[in-house]
Amino acid sequence: MTFVVRRLLLLIPVAIGVTIIVFFMIHLIPGDPARTILGIHATPKAIAILHQEWGLNRPLASQYWLFLDRLLHGNLGTSLFYGQSAASLIAGRLAPTIWLIVYAAVLAIAVSVPLAMIAASRKDGIRDQLVRAVPLFGLGMPPFWVGLLLQYALALSLHAFPVTGYGTGFVGHLHSMFLPSLTVAIGLSPVVIRSLRASMLNVLGADYITTARSKGVPNGRLFVRHVLRNAVIPAVTVLGINIGFLIGSTLIVENVFAIPGIGSLMIQSIFNRDFPVVQGVTLVFGVMVVLVNLLTDVTYASLDPRVRFDR
Amino acid sequence: MSAASLVTVAPERAQARKSGWYRQPALLVGLILLAVILFMVIAAPLLTSYNPVTQDLGATLTGPSAHHLLGTDQLGRDTWSRLLYGGRVDLQVAFIAVLFPFVLGTILGSLAGYFGGWVDLIIMRVVDIVVAFPFYVLIIALVFVLGPGERSIYIAITVVGWVSYARIIRGEILVAKRQEYVLAAQSGGLSNLRIMGRHLLPNVITQAIIYAMSDIVQDILAIVTLSYLGLGIQPPTPDWGSMIANGQNFLTTHWQLTTLPGLAVVVTGLALSLIGDGLADLLRPGQS
Repeated sequence: MTFVVRRLLLLIPVAIGVTIIVFFMIHLIPGDPARTILGIHATPKAIAILHQEWGLNRPLASQYWLFLDRLLHGNLGTSLFYGQSAASLIAGRLAPTIWLIVYAAVLAIAVSVPLAMIAASRKDGIRDQLVRAVPLFGLGMPPFWVGLLLQYALALSLHAFPVTGYGTGFVGHLHSMFLPSLTVAIGLSPVVIRSLRASMLNVLGADYITTARSKGVPNGRLFVRHVLRNAVIPAVTVLGINIGFLIGSTLIVENVFAIPGIGSLMIQSIFNRDFPVVQGVTLVFGVMVVLVNLLTDVTYASLDPRVRFDR
Repeated sequence: MSAASLVTVAPERAQARKSGWYRQPALLVGLILLAVILFMVIAAPLLTSYNPVTQDLGATLTGPSAHHLLGTDQLGRDTWSRLLYGGRVDLQVAFIAVLFPFVLGTILGSLAGYFGGWVDLIIMRVVDIVVAFPFYVLIIALVFVLGPGERSIYIAITVVGWVSYARIIRGEILVAKRQEYVLAAQSGGLSNLRIMGRHLLPNVITQAIIYAMSDIVQDILAIVTLSYLGLGIQPPTPDWGSMIANGQNFLTTHWQLTTLPGLAVVVTGLALSLIGDGLADLLRPGQS
């Protein structure tokens, strides 16, 4: 229990840091942020209004305080393009992104676990070599490019899946989101396969496996009952560590497949120069990663009694 | 395989690892592949007579032919030429981009690991904050704020990328600084700067170099992704990302426009990953 409390306390500086980075995004804009955001045709009055609204005339510390105060009230500012609150805009787009993240994580596990097991079952064998080649190719594949290839092969040529979109209803989502999720999963799996294989090999070298083997436990059962069980914890951690990568690639993949999530909202808002929305989405992505990391650590600690916090 | 046979196998393998870089097939293949790629992009003017930005509106979207080895795009620009010159741009930016986070992360990681205490605390908290953002999200947001172009790419990649180097170097230094040669140097009265620069860094930098190989791959992906989204290398300068973006409108009829630049990225990534793996085997025997 103290672990969870200490882990939560550690969250505070990170959360503050995340808001500081998002806050400072405005001040990285070269020149007067209000003028840059509103464009060259903006009237002095419009610029003055934005200055007033964002408190750009105040000292930096007081600006940050204002930003934080609004944030705590769930106010992410008003979209310059849609004229509606950025928070509600983002909230309305959250579901498809979460769908994509969860679906992709499930597919990544579904692809990685069997491959890692095949590789670890006979180290340095031909199957191991083949599986170990996957990351070599996989790590260099741009996610949007993989998405386009899948689109071409499975949607445009074979018509097995819709080319774009989110679908309707649970089954519809499952069908429509398969290709985008697979794209993200393919990007993620090299890392997961690599670490899973290493951790399975580790488990295979443990004394209790030798004991189980000498007792004559058949290979299949050995793998499922002993190896997989102990290798699942590292797999969860690997996914947790790479949640940043996972969430980051949904941002790009959403654009390829025209999924109405916050990733495509961010890119659209970039082209609309809709600053509050870009800022808001960046913050939400950051918060997501922080929360998932927390969840991973807590799960990890509850799954494995050996894990304790000593830092 | 029993535990006993594992023990007898291990020394042989350790011996095999020691026997020189040219015996590392992964490293060798990677280096050859990278050399070929670098030769092709550097010698681009010798390998094609077409200018990558010259349009030929009379010959748009043609297939491969004797004139145009890989055909032309929607503006009649030669695909083979764009592939070579695009690689030039992307690889140049990537190789420069990897240096800044490498240097910054190594310095900050050394300081954190060597001095510990509040220096460590501050640096590692900043690391925690940067890591809280997904790689692509922070890079895209930063490039958006700073405006598209190469300068913004360098800044964004540095801001996001240094944390991995800092973590790696810090961890290595934490172990290395307890070794006797460091204690001897300290009791000999050498300055902290000298101990870090002359004694510690040469011993820990290999880990950062190995990581840099996979980091370049990630940087290439970031540059290509930014350009695909229209935020990176700006037209008309050719680059693999914008080539894929242009090609995707003709996916059903001219799939090669999308496929080839992506393959170029994959092959480059493969070469660098092989070098990274080979280096890892060569420089840190005993681990795999």
